[in-house]
Amino acid sequence: MNVIEFTPIVLATAFGAGFLGSLTGLGGGVILTPVLTLFLHVDLRYAMGASLISVIATSSGAAAAYVRDGYSSIRIGMFLEIATTLGALFGAMIATRIPTAALSVIFGLILLQAAWQSVFGHHATAPAPLDSDPIAKKLNMNGEYNTAEGVIAYGVCRVKAGFAVMFGAGTISGLLGIGSGSLKVIAMDQVMRIPFKVSTATSNFMIGVTAAASASVYLSRGWVDPGLVMPVLLGVLGGSLLGARFLAVLPVQLLRRVFAVVVGLMAVEMMLTGFHVNL
Amino acid sequence: MTKLTDVGIEQMVATLLRAGVMISGTIVLAAGAYYVIRSGTDPVHLSTFVGEPSRLRVLHEIMESAWHRQPRAAIQVGVLFLVATPVLRVILSLVAFALEGDRRYVVITAIVLAVLLFGLAEGIG
Repeated sequence: MNVIEFTPIVLATAFGAGFLGSLTGLGGGVILTPVLTLFLHVDLRYAMGASLISVIATSSGAAAAYVRDGYSSIRIGMFLEIATTLGALFGAMIATRIPTAALSVIFGLILLQAAWQSVFGHHATAPAPLDSDPIAKKLNMNGEYNTAEGVIAYGVCRVKAGFAVMFGAGTISGLLGIGSGSLKVIAMDQVMRIPFKVSTATSNFMIGVTAAASASVYLSRGWVDPGLVMPVLLGVLGGSLLGARFLAVLPVQLLRRVFAVVVGLMAVEMMLTGFHVNL
Repeated sequence: MTKLTDVGIEQMVATLLRAGVMISGTIVLAAGAYYVIRSGTDPVHLSTFVGEPSRLRVLHEIMESAWHRQPRAAIQVGVLFLVATPVLRVILSLVAFALEGDRRYVVITAIVLAVLLFGLAEGIG
């Protein structure tokens, strides 16, 4: 295949991934990499490089909406970013030392987790009381946010555990070239008991920064191919912009379920590829 | 606790990010179009991994290649721009915390910035 044939195919695929990703919240990187590797036979490393760049784009592009809502906590985010950026550098560095077959298997497992989370994930965790973790108080992490019922104040629990999980999320992000938004939200929502809206908004801020940390390593190893990144980036941007407009109109819950099944199947396929079983 | 400077700076940051994505997208689109027009019939070799050459990996080499109108290098410039936007976001946050006199978070943000810059220096320096 040559450039003029390949580019539009990737563009269309990335557009679809961006569209579905923004509708289901499953993230573009998670969908795109398997499709690129399984159906277009792109080497996993190039696919991961392109995916990572598109993650930065969608995160930065969506940031305005999150800021407008005012739920994001920059203090919590910045503090935890120490963990995620260190994790991302670490993950990106070991990614180059791990055989791609193993990466493929790990990717499949993470995909399964994401698909599961999307369908069965529980979001309502009782928010932490205001006198929760002394570290949180010292670092001014308690905050408040607006709801229809008024202003709700929240505290933060288990800061050290949250920090550790964030390091893990950062490592996965660097290892696989994905945003790991769902892992970050789990860490904040379930480990640290930060209200869900604050967690998702803060996670959006963090995803871009974490991805930027890994991106430099990916660039240096030559995993970022401009011929691939170009249609991926443009496609994902276009798709997610369109998806944002359809959000109110389409049955998101149904989409999520269909999506989770498709992602689950791709997860299995990726793991089988990793184990050198070709279907 | 969100302070007034937080909200103001965050608005600026969001605008900056949006602008960064748009500028990056425009560069990538223009360079991409040029690339397809010029090299449309080139075969695509993405199934085998060989790694990008240094003129597409190292910052000053990318800039030089782009200057000489290498379309793939020009695309990389757009990519670099995009990677820079979250870094700029962190820098702006650092300034915001400094303006608020929040020394703890100036230090925290400085650490994050240091990790980012270290990664960039190692990666594309």
